[in-house]
Amino acid sequence: MSSGIEFWQYLVGHFNYIVVIILMMTGLYIVISTGNLVKKLVGLGVFQTAVFQLYITMGKVTGGQPPILEGVHESAAGEAATTVAEHGEAAAAAASHGEQAVQATVSIAKTMDEVLVGGVLYSNPLPHVLILTAIVVGVATLAVGLALVVRIRESYGTIEEDELQEANYQHAKGALS
Amino acid sequence: MNGEFLTPIDAFTVIDLIFMSMLVVVGIAIVRLKDLFAVVMLSGVYSLVSAAWFVSLDAVDVAFTEAAVGAGISTVLMLGAMLLTARQAAPTKPARHWVALIVVCATGAALLYATVDMPSFGDPLSAPNAYIGLEYLKRTGPETGVPNVVSAVLASYRGYDTFGETTVILTAGLGVVLILGLGGPAIKRKKTSAAKAKAAKIDQSKILGAHHVVLRVVSKMMIPVIIIYGAYVQFHGDFGPGGGFQAGLIIASAIILYALIFGIDAAKEAVPPSLVRLGAALGVLIYGGVGVINLLLGGNFLEYNILNPTHPSHGQELGIMFVEIGVLVTVASVMLIIFYGFTSRQPDISDKDW
Repeated sequence: MSSGIEFWQYLVGHFNYIVVIILMMTGLYIVISTGNLVKKLVGLGVFQTAVFQLYITMGKVTGGQPPILEGVHESAAGEAATTVAEHGEAAAAAASHGEQAVQATVSIAKTMDEVLVGGVLYSNPLPHVLILTAIVVGVATLAVGLALVVRIRESYGTIEEDELQEANYQHAKGALS
Repeated sequence: MNGEFLTPIDAFTVIDLIFMSMLVVVGIAIVRLKDLFAVVMLSGVYSLVSAAWFVSLDAVDVAFTEAAVGAGISTVLMLGAMLLTARQAAPTKPARHWVALIVVCATGAALLYATVDMPSFGDPLSAPNAYIGLEYLKRTGPETGVPNVVSAVLASYRGYDTFGETTVILTAGLGVVLILGLGGPAIKRKKTSAAKAKAAKIDQSKILGAHHVVLRVVSKMMIPVIIIYGAYVQFHGDFGPGGGFQAGLIIASAIILYALIFGIDAAKEAVPPSLVRLGAALGVLIYGGVGVINLLLGGNFLEYNILNPTHPSHGQELGIMFVEIGVLVTVASVMLIIFYGFTSRQPDISDKDW
């Protein structure tokens, strides 16, 4: 009985991952099964988006807000000045020689209170940063792929893999004889 | 381990479920279709739905980018590539179908087995959420004074990373130029376009005016607004969702929209290819230049604190702003380089092709 409830809870907690993997495999299936190079790139795009979704899913915090800090800017001007004035050398030194200071103070939050920043719960910004740049790099590399497809079509007159292999085979046979 | 946290079942989970089901349906439709036009349009729909899903997962900046890329630029590029290549995909052979199915099932099973160890969805105390991500949230306010943590991490804490990615985008643009060419010399093209416009003024208005009147009027009103919105996204990126990547994509898509409706020659006169080529390199130069200025002032590469020694957080804001401008210039220019490269292969997408 309890194992049934546990399984249900597991399923709710991991449902996103399961769907993301289904989407990822959909993309992989398109890449393998189709011989059309444009459709292959669409499949690659589906796969890529699934990877993005995996990262973003991991960064979501239930009840969290988008990672845009509340009340930072109105106080930032004054606060930054007072921070420097109060902590003086120490704060400036810690900020400029950050490396060692960071190593010393990063710790893993263990309770809900430690996760709050200024009393507010935010989702994890780090996956967002990684994926944001990955999307733009993704479209740039997609463009390179499509450019290659266009050139292949101009040289071979086709973008179907089987016909390309056949053309290559015929060309090699002609070169040998 | 993570067993204590139970993902609640509420309205949010239901919305999540709806988006995921839509994505699966669109994915399967893409698998089954052979008409490339439909495949490309569905891939745009797929991106737009996942952008909506990203909003519900709190990733507003990512959603922004995905919407601009997926529903905008990559769909246009794929349509262009499709027009230059083929309209139909050959049907899948049964042997290939079974091989693909076996590979996909085996990989999928392995990945599903791996998810057993993953933290429960939405767990605030899971390893990714309770460690370094949280540290960024805590430090960004006092250290940079930038409310949007994503912008701060992107341009400041992980500035090297973003510099590398900006360079990758420039390299991809160069790759497209090497494969497809630069889109013809600008001066020549200007002459021909002016001559052509004079010669074919009546014809063109007949072709384009007949059933694109609504598009032309609406886009004429929309394009300036889109560009202003891009500038807003750029400069408000520190305070709300936005930044150089998103703004660059939005501005590039405004110009691409102009090219699609008023013709590529008109777009090349408004934004000459030579300017775009210059911009692609200039953006990376601005980004790297900010780093070099920091070096000259006695700091480390991309250490913005040095820009304002009395108020390190003001220095951070300044550095982030300039770096984001560099990203904007490179991203917008490279997207246009790519677009011009594709259009150089086929002078105009004429109405007959549709």
